[in-house]
Formats: sequence, structure tokens, C-alpha cells
Amino acid sequence: MAEILVLVDHADGAVRKPALELLTLARRLGEPSAVVLGAGEAAASIAATAGEYGAATVYVADGAEFADQLVVPKVDALTQIAQDKGVAAVLVTSSGEGKEVAARVALRLGSGLITDAVELEAGDSGPVATQSVFAASYQVKSTVSHGVPVITVKPNSAAPEAAPAAGTVENVTVAFTGNAAKVVSRTPRVSTGRPELTESAIVVSGGRGVGAAEGFGVVEKLADSLGAAVGASRAAVDAGWYPHSNQVGQTGKQVSPQLYVAAGISGAIQHRAGMQTSKTIVAVNKDPEAPIFDLVDYGVVGDLFAVLPQLTDEIGAR
Amino acid sequence: MTLRIAVCVKYVPDATGDRGFADDLTVDRDEVDGLLSELDEYAVEQALRISEESDDAEVTVITVGPDDAKDALRKALSMGADKAVHVNDDDIHGSDVIGTSAIVAKALEKTGFDLVICGMASTDGTMGVLPALLAERLNLPQVTLLSEVSVEGELVKGRRDGDAATELLEAPLPAVVSVTDQSGEARYPSFKGIMAAKKKPVEELDLDDLGIDADEVGLAGSWTQVGEVTARPPRTAGTIVTDEGDGGKQLAAFLSSQKFI
Ligand SMILES: Cc1cc2nc3c(=O)[nH]c(=O)nc-3n(C[C@H](O)[C@H](O)[C@H](O)COP(=O)(O)OP(=O)(O)OC[C@H]3O[C@@H](n4cnc5c(N)ncnc54)[C@H](O)[C@@H]3O)c2cc1C
Ligand SMILES: Cc1cc2nc3c(=O)[nH]c(=O)nc-3n(C[C@H](O)[C@H](O)[C@H](O)COP(=O)(O)OP(=O)(O)OC[C@H]3O[C@@H](n4cnc5c(N)ncnc54)[C@H](O)[C@@H]3O)c2cc1C
Repeated sequence: MAEILVLVDHADGAVRKPALELLTLARRLGEPSAVVLGAGEAAASIAATAGEYGAATVYVADGAEFADQLVVPKVDALTQIAQDKGVAAVLVTSSGEGKEVAARVALRLGSGLITDAVELEAGDSGPVATQSVFAASYQVKSTVSHGVPVITVKPNSAAPEAAPAAGTVENVTVAFTGNAAKVVSRTPRVSTGRPELTESAIVVSGGRGVGAAEGFGVVEKLADSLGAAVGASRAAVDAGWYPHSNQVGQTGKQVSPQLYVAAGISGAIQHRAGMQTSKTIVAVNKDPEAPIFDLVDYGVVGDLFAVLPQLTDEIGAR
Repeated sequence: MTLRIAVCVKYVPDATGDRGFADDLTVDRDEVDGLLSELDEYAVEQALRISEESDDAEVTVITVGPDDAKDALRKALSMGADKAVHVNDDDIHGSDVIGTSAIVAKALEKTGFDLVICGMASTDGTMGVLPALLAERLNLPQVTLLSEVSVEGELVKGRRDGDAATELLEAPLPAVVSVTDQSGEARYPSFKGIMAAKKKPVEELDLDDLGIDADEVGLAGSWTQVGEVTARPPRTAGTIVTDEGDGGKQLAAFLSSQKFI
């Protein structure tokens, strides 16, 4: 069966959820194998998880290069494995880095590249990817017509399903090419204890209507009652009320949760570009004319400082 | 020695317009006004700041695009860039990112540079990969997605706020950089800048000038193929209620009916 290579994204020694989604999608196209890079001691347990989700083989490579140099070592490894094994497609998570890695791999393999797929199916001539473009106002179906398809897939594009496979570890020695930027220091982001924004099933976001940094208290309380991640509009981020890492939109994170709650957010096109593919959308805004109401499944015209706490209490009472 | 900074900019349809597709499934550039991709203003801004800090620097803006893409170059020139290069050829129409990167890379080589600065992503294609492809093609270090950038002697340094960590990066020049919208507010062109821009040189190049075969690029030379484009069905109108003291409770009832709580 055709071998589908999946680059497994990991953090703090654990597989990140989008990698499990990729392995699930890869099974539609052929037999998944996983690539685990620079995971150190954690490689074995990451490989085991990849096996649980369908990877027949797990290629493991390690070395200081993965931490010390930007992007290029991962490109070296992925290209080498793809070439040696003659794989039928390469799948990578759509993150800033994931897309850069995928692009350079595609060029080295002499292949076409598709980024930000939200759906993948097997077609007559290779995988068919669906992209959601122009702030999700259009759906585009594309294929790669030259070389081994290299495709990046957005988080939350599929529900991860376990399907135990051998998960046989094969260690790989990578010939590094160099010529990369040096990573002088790395400061991991401090965890808030809340779910990862792009991976969370529910996201509660606040905008300029929240009025101040302290105003985010009501947003966070609602998020915690729902087990949700917290997002923010650029207006709220630019005002310094919430960190940029939580920004949702064109220049922030693109999220696609089961439920998106927008509080005090008007719904500008650039914000919509980051949340319009959410399954269910709810908004609280005191302006009945706010464009966000054009998108919602349920909207409350009202003051977020009244509506959010009441909702949080209701959830607590259930 | 003059520090030669090349800024790559893209001319895109206005995101606030009603963007769509033409019959050949490429972006419809007739229905919606175009402009300099807003995210590339940050690249121009950082180039100008680096140039102002340096004893001797020259900023060249480069675009690959149709006739109207000149507007994007004019805007960058009126912000303060020194000169422009416009690669324009009917055969480029419909190029995918692999093709586009080949053209931009050749234009950069022809122009000459010590530092390339790009935006984080275009506002239409939004792939965010062209800078990485340029680095690959030009065999240079990529120092990308920076929210802070500086040139110190022969080194370019920057801060990359990634998904899981903040990284401090450095690489020797020449290098390919991309900057985010966190890198610093872009300046508005002054009246003087707009007048001066009219006299600044814009070099016109076609595929021949760059030694690129027409069949390597364009729609026919693309390694990706768009099969189908469909407008997303408008979302069915949702329920909107006005809070009269029980808005939170009503919302809770909705969320419960949808099994979220
Ligand atoms: C190139 C570019 C990229 C961009 N990228 C992004 C991006 O990634 N993400 C993003 O979000 N934006 C982005 N923007 C900015 C975007 O255009 C908007 O300016 C921004 O989304 C507005 O944020 P907002 O909705 O919070 O603020 P506003 O538009 O000011 O809306 C605030 C809303 O809050 C409501 N409100 C006020 N008080 C209350 C209250 N007490 N209770 C309930 N409602 C209240 C108001 O009625 C209003 O509708 C980008 C812009 C550009 C040009
Ligand atoms: C909705 C949509 C989806 C697309 N999906 C794909 C796809 O999956 N695969 C594919 O191969 N192609 C795709 N394309 C085509 C692709 O967008 C173009 O080939 C484009 O020229 C490069 O990609 P980008 O605009 O996404 O650039 P990005 O990689 O987002 O651009 C990053 C930076 O590169 C520089 N830059 C970009 N374009 C130019 C230019 N023309 N001239 C000078 N500098 C430039 C700018 O500094 C910009 O900020 C898509 C286009 C659209 C409109």
C-alpha cells in the first residue's frame, strides 16, 4: 500500500493533537508512517502513540541540530526519508513552521505544495485537498499535479481515531546540509493550564468591547467553565489587554473549534479569517448591527459584562 | 559599502471587497480594487528603519504581478523606498507558489542584494511560505516570522514568537527575512514622499530578461491544480435575542440544546 509520511509535531515530550488528526487522515490515502524529529528521550513514547493511531513505521532522528537551527534540519530529515522510502505523499501540520518546512521539502522533492487544507480525500490521481479561502467565503478543491504531493493540514480538520498498527521504530541518520539561522535562545511559552488555542474544541474570545485587561476576567471565567481556550481580537491585543499568542484572525491563530464564542468583537473580515470555519458560532455584542451577527448560530444583543457572568453561573449550576 | 536591501511585495485584491474567482479559477483581479498587501507594509517599514540606522543603504522593492501591481510599488516608493523592480509578463498569470518563487528568486539575483525582507504572508494566498522558498532557492539562511529584527554588522538578528516558544535567531548576511505585523507600525506616505515617488526609477522585467522559460511558470507550469471552486453557502440565519435580564440563561439553554453543556 502507498506509504503516507506524516511529520509528527510534539511539545514537552508529548504528541500534539493535530499530528493524530494527520495520522487519521493519512489512513484515507494509504498506510501512514510517522516521522519524529529531535524528541530526545521522549521519542519512544511518541512513537508508541503514533503507532496507536495507525503508523506502521516510525522514523526517528535526533541531534542537536533540530534545536539549534531553524527549519532546515527538519527539511533535511523529511526530504531524505521521503526520497529513501519512495513515499506517496507527505503531510505536515499547518503552523508557521510546519508550512515553511513543507514548502522547502516540496521544492527539494520537485513537488507541488498545498497549504492549509481543511479536508483530504483520496482521488483518482492522488489526494484531493479542500482549502477554505478568502476568509472562508470559498471552498477550493485542489490536487498536486507534479511530484509527491506535499500538503499541510489545519488543526481540527478531523477527529483523531485510534487504529493500532505496528509502530516499528526505525532510526535514521540524517545528512544535515546547514546554511540555517542559528537559534541563540529558546524560551518556551508559559502554559496557562488552558487548552491550546488551535486545538481546543471550544474557544471563548474577547474584543475591544471587553474594555480593559481586567475585563478579560469574565471571558476567562466563562472559558474555564467550558474547559475552553481563550482568544482575543487584534484590537484587544494591540491595546495590550491580552497576549499576541492568543490573537485569533488572519495574523493570529486560525481556529476551527466545535464552538466559538465572540464577546465584544465586531466581526471584521480579518477576524473572520481566523474563526469562520468554526462549527457553531455564538456572539454577545451590544450593537445589534455588528457584522458578527451575520455569522452566528445564536447571538445575544447585550452587555457582555451582564451576559457572560450569568452564562458562567448557569453552567456552574448544571 | 552600501547595504542593499530588497523588499518583496505583493499586489492583492482588497480584503474588504467582495473577492472571488475568474473563469479559469484564478483570483479575479478585475472585480475588486487592488493594493499593496497590508502585511508587506511592515516589510517596507523594517527595510526603511534598517536603512535609516545604517551609514549607507539602498532599498529596492520588487514585485511580480500584472500591470496594476505598479500601484503597490508606488505606495512602497512613497513610503521611502529608493527604487523598484516590476516583473510583468502575461505568461506568469496563474503561477503557483513554486513558480512564483522561481521568478522572485531570479529577479532578486538580477537586482543584487545583501538582505531580502518579505511580509509574513500575503493577504490573498496567505500561504506564508514564499520567504522559505526564496531561502531554499538562493541557498541562504532563512530568518523568518520575526516580530523584531535588526542588522548588526554582518549579522541579522531577530525574535521569532513561535507556536510553542519564543526564539532569538541570528544569521550572517546575505539572508532572507520575513517580518510579522508585530514588528512595528508602518509609516504613512507623506505628501513629499508621494511627490518624490513619481520620479523614482521602476525597472520593468519580463521572463526573457530573467532567463525563465514561459512553460516553467504560469497556470500551465503549475505543480498544483485547482479542480473546483464553490462559494460557501451563506450560513443559515441564526437566532438573535436581545438581553432583557436573562440573555445569559437563554444562551445557556441554546448551548445545552447543542450538547455543549
Ligand atoms: C492586515 C490586517 C490584519 C489583521 N489581522 C487581524 C487578526 O488577526 N485578528 C483580528 O481580530 N483583527 C485583525 N485585524 C483588525 C481588524 O480589521 C479589526 O480592526 C479588529 O478585528 C477589531 O477588533 P474588535 O472586533 O475587538 O474591535 P471593534 O471593531 O472596535 O469592535 C468592538 C465591538 O465590541 C462591542 N462592544 C463594546 N462594548 C461592549 C459591551 N460592553 N458588551 C458587548 N459588546 C460590546 C461593540 O459594539 C463592537 O461591535 C487586521 C487588520 C489588518 C489591516
Ligand atoms: C486563495 C489562494 C490559495 C492558494 N493556494 C495555493 C496552494 O495551495 N499552493 C500553491 O502553490 N499556490 C497557491 N496559491 C497561489 C499562490 O498564492 C501564489 O502563487 C502566490 O504568488 C504566492 O503565494 P502567497 O500569495 O500565498 O504568498 P506568501 O507565501 O503568503 O507570501 C509571503 C511574502 O512573500 C512575498 N511575495 C508573495 N508574492 C509575491 C509576489 N508576487 N511578488 C513579490 N513578492 C511576493 C511578500 O513579501 C509576501 O508577504 C493560492 C492562491 C490563492 C489566492
